[in-house]
Amino acid sequence: MTATGHRGLDHEEPLLFEQDEPGRTGVDLPAPKGGQDRLGGRARTRPLGLPGLAEPQVVRHFTRLSQRNYAIDAGMYPLGSCTMKHNPRLNERVARLPGLGDLHPLQPAKTVRGAVALMHTLAHWLTTLCGMPAVALSPAAGAHGELCGLMTIRAALEARGDARKRVLVPESAHGTNPATAAQCGYAIESIPATARGRVDLAALKAKLDGSVAALMLTNPNTCGLFEDEVQEAARLVHQVGGFFYGDGANFNAIVGRVRPGDLGVDAMHINLHKTFSTPHGGGGPGSGPVVLSEALAPFAPLPHIVVRDGRPRLVEHDGKAFGRIRAFHGQMGMFIRALAYMMSHGADGLRQVAEDSVLNANYVMAALKDDFTPAFPGPCMHECLFDDRSLKDTGVTTLDIAKALIDEGFHPMTIYFPLVVHGALLVEPTETESKATLDEFIGAMKALARRAHEEGAAERFHAAPTLAPRRRLDETTAARKPVLRWRPATPSAAAE
Amino acid sequence: MRYLPLTQEDRRAMLATIGVASIDDLFVDVPPSARLAAPVDLPLHQGEIEVERTFRAFAAQNLGTTGVPCFLGAGAYRHHVPASVDALIQRGEFLTSYTPYQPEVSQGTLQALFEFQTMVAMMTGMEVANASMYDGASATAEAVLMANRVTRRTRAVLSGGLHPHYRDTVVTYARYSDFRIEALPLDPEGREDLAARLDGDTSCLVVQYPGFFGHVRDLAPLAQKAHAAGALLVVVVTEAVALGLLETPGAMGADIVVAEGQSLGIPLSFGGPYLGLFATRDRYVRQMPGRICGETTDAEGRRGWVLTLSTREQHIRREKATSNICTNSGLCALAFTIHLALLGEAGFERLARLNHEAAIRLADRLASVKGVEVVNDTFFNELTLRLARPAALAVDALADARILAGVPVSRLAPEDKASENLLLVAATELTTDQEIEALATALGGVLS
Repeated sequence: MTATGHRGLDHEEPLLFEQDEPGRTGVDLPAPKGGQDRLGGRARTRPLGLPGLAEPQVVRHFTRLSQRNYAIDAGMYPLGSCTMKHNPRLNERVARLPGLGDLHPLQPAKTVRGAVALMHTLAHWLTTLCGMPAVALSPAAGAHGELCGLMTIRAALEARGDARKRVLVPESAHGTNPATAAQCGYAIESIPATARGRVDLAALKAKLDGSVAALMLTNPNTCGLFEDEVQEAARLVHQVGGFFYGDGANFNAIVGRVRPGDLGVDAMHINLHKTFSTPHGGGGPGSGPVVLSEALAPFAPLPHIVVRDGRPRLVEHDGKAFGRIRAFHGQMGMFIRALAYMMSHGADGLRQVAEDSVLNANYVMAALKDDFTPAFPGPCMHECLFDDRSLKDTGVTTLDIAKALIDEGFHPMTIYFPLVVHGALLVEPTETESKATLDEFIGAMKALARRAHEEGAAERFHAAPTLAPRRRLDETTAARKPVLRWRPATPSAAAE
Repeated sequence: MRYLPLTQEDRRAMLATIGVASIDDLFVDVPPSARLAAPVDLPLHQGEIEVERTFRAFAAQNLGTTGVPCFLGAGAYRHHVPASVDALIQRGEFLTSYTPYQPEVSQGTLQALFEFQTMVAMMTGMEVANASMYDGASATAEAVLMANRVTRRTRAVLSGGLHPHYRDTVVTYARYSDFRIEALPLDPEGREDLAARLDGDTSCLVVQYPGFFGHVRDLAPLAQKAHAAGALLVVVVTEAVALGLLETPGAMGADIVVAEGQSLGIPLSFGGPYLGLFATRDRYVRQMPGRICGETTDAEGRRGWVLTLSTREQHIRREKATSNICTNSGLCALAFTIHLALLGEAGFERLARLNHEAAIRLADRLASVKGVEVVNDTFFNELTLRLARPAALAVDALADARILAGVPVSRLAPEDKASENLLLVAATELTTDQEIEALATALGGVLS
């Protein structure tokens, strides 16, 4: 322990509120002139309790905090299903250009023609890559896109006079799929997976009838496998008058090589923050445009773009759309970044993205197949899935492997997901990792596998990580006795 | 291709390790009819120079709000963003990290979220806040869903002073769930009697503060009546800077406060990404949607932070979750936190006062223009004008003179013919007297 608590470059940093000096500020603003207000007697008389810091303190505070984060800029981040790829800085630059970053959403149409043209261009790229006729751009993230897609499906069904009652979701699906279907008023039924890690077509068939509104299917699925019977699944769903919703979270594996439209998809959200490189930002913002089939396109939410007199125009009011799902037009800042990424790669580069992401994942799986147990035989797509059979009788768990990987300088893979595999370890390297980095990762994993079988391994693994800014955190107490905000030590007028 | 590190030699060596002859052998599970033999019909790759040129061309076709008289508001506001906000959020450790699932290597994001939650709770006068939602409108819809869960009732009443797009978003969310919405007619004068709509099945009253038309009203009587009827009061704030000067919604009895946080640290960016704020009382925390960060200790007893109460969320509860939300607005929440940290108590109040004073100057100057009537007696930084002709026509004419005159109410609610001549105008700390003069002169010209 050092005298300060700091450890070299790793600084202990108090909360902002613990650095407060009342009256201090980091922004110089002109003095108000004073005089009678027009607040109708609603002016606040008590302070809020916000802390006072000068600019250098704020800059140092957040710089120190930043140094306590793992990031794709700093190292490989193989979170399965999250597609943590390099975030190009050109995208940041163009998103901030005057005339793009400073546009108000409600400016007169004639002052934002470039913005609407940009959205229309993005739509063209997305629909071309997906082989679908239309796209709803407005959803704010993947789950919001799912909501948009299912609402579109429900609107189309209601227009036929038949809203239906059930949505089918494979066991391996992201939690957002059932949560979304429930939010749209549907009962959820789970479809089991086969021993091959694919959706069980016989079980699907048995559940299909005229009450099924949609099948929601991630493809490639969350086991990292391509659903090879997807066209048959789509045909079966269509046969009973239902729709096929694709979860596009794993589109990175097939972009430029496979078009979802050719698989029978009616609606699919695309996470621009996954496949198209917009930064995850520690938990968003994302962006989740939904591509739509001919049958669903008329029911897309507001606003949308139509071409009239050769010029793309924003439509903000229209009777057939199911409505509006947010205040304004969409995540324009993310549209700009995603389109810059697409144009940088081009049709040829995007195809290479899919190929390299699949190659990297298969390389990791092949290299580790004797050290960890692949959950299913390959080839995999852009991510490879292991279960915890290789750790049997060692006392070392999937969680332990993840935490030990932190000490080796890597962000852990996705763990305990998908639920269909025991002790899942889901590794998605992405195409932006070099072979040298993959080899280093493989070396680390091999070393952990070896150590897991040594005497006293369980105890040593349970102690990991020891080299991160924090050791394991007590999540149980955090949930049982929630402390969700800072409060002043002594009661004061500022406290709520 | 500058973003792809593998060389052809790497690819050959890796295929050999895998034990296949070509990349096509890894795509064998794709049905043959769905395999594309060649790249799709889109342009080929480009360098930075070409891509940047393309985006500059898009930008050149727009009139940005920087450096022109701009009075646009209605839920998105042109404010100053201190230089250090943008510099800090572009640090790669913040920008390129994921949702903090592994807390030992995510303490930076987590501590910032804890500070964000504390600030949101403080400024709304509430006890607890979540780690953000997509935007103010979707947060409002989620607040109504939460009020239904808390009260086990199924009817929400929306004020006619609620932003029409927020109203529309709530109606959309309600359409496919099992609850009803009563949306009161637009209320430009701010005179509606919302409490009169309460009944035994009302889960919540939803009211905007300051209202969409700018009025600042005491919500305490409304809160009392709602509570007496067993309903919650949901307060919506679309201009977060107003909370620098106004009584907090919490102090007036709000049960859930949702807000749009764009005004602090976040660029206009044509409508997104923005930042939904969501705050409530401690007793309702387990019904709250979204991520929440909480304090705890590590194995050595040191203070640290984790995501907590996740049994509310979709990745655990699936179809029984409080919401389907996953990715939210993390980086926008960080920008908001940095901006508010820079301002501090004193700076935030001063910023709010400057906004209010600019709006007073704007109101007084426009009141003297022939053909303009100021509707409001109270306002914060935005108010409603009744013009002698349709507002959309006036705004369109002024755009030709490079003046962004405000938001015609008809843009948001074209079905409401009585609002055709209403114009919302907003002023902020960036609004100069010259801009106000330019607007007054040009508006006078259009209306005469």
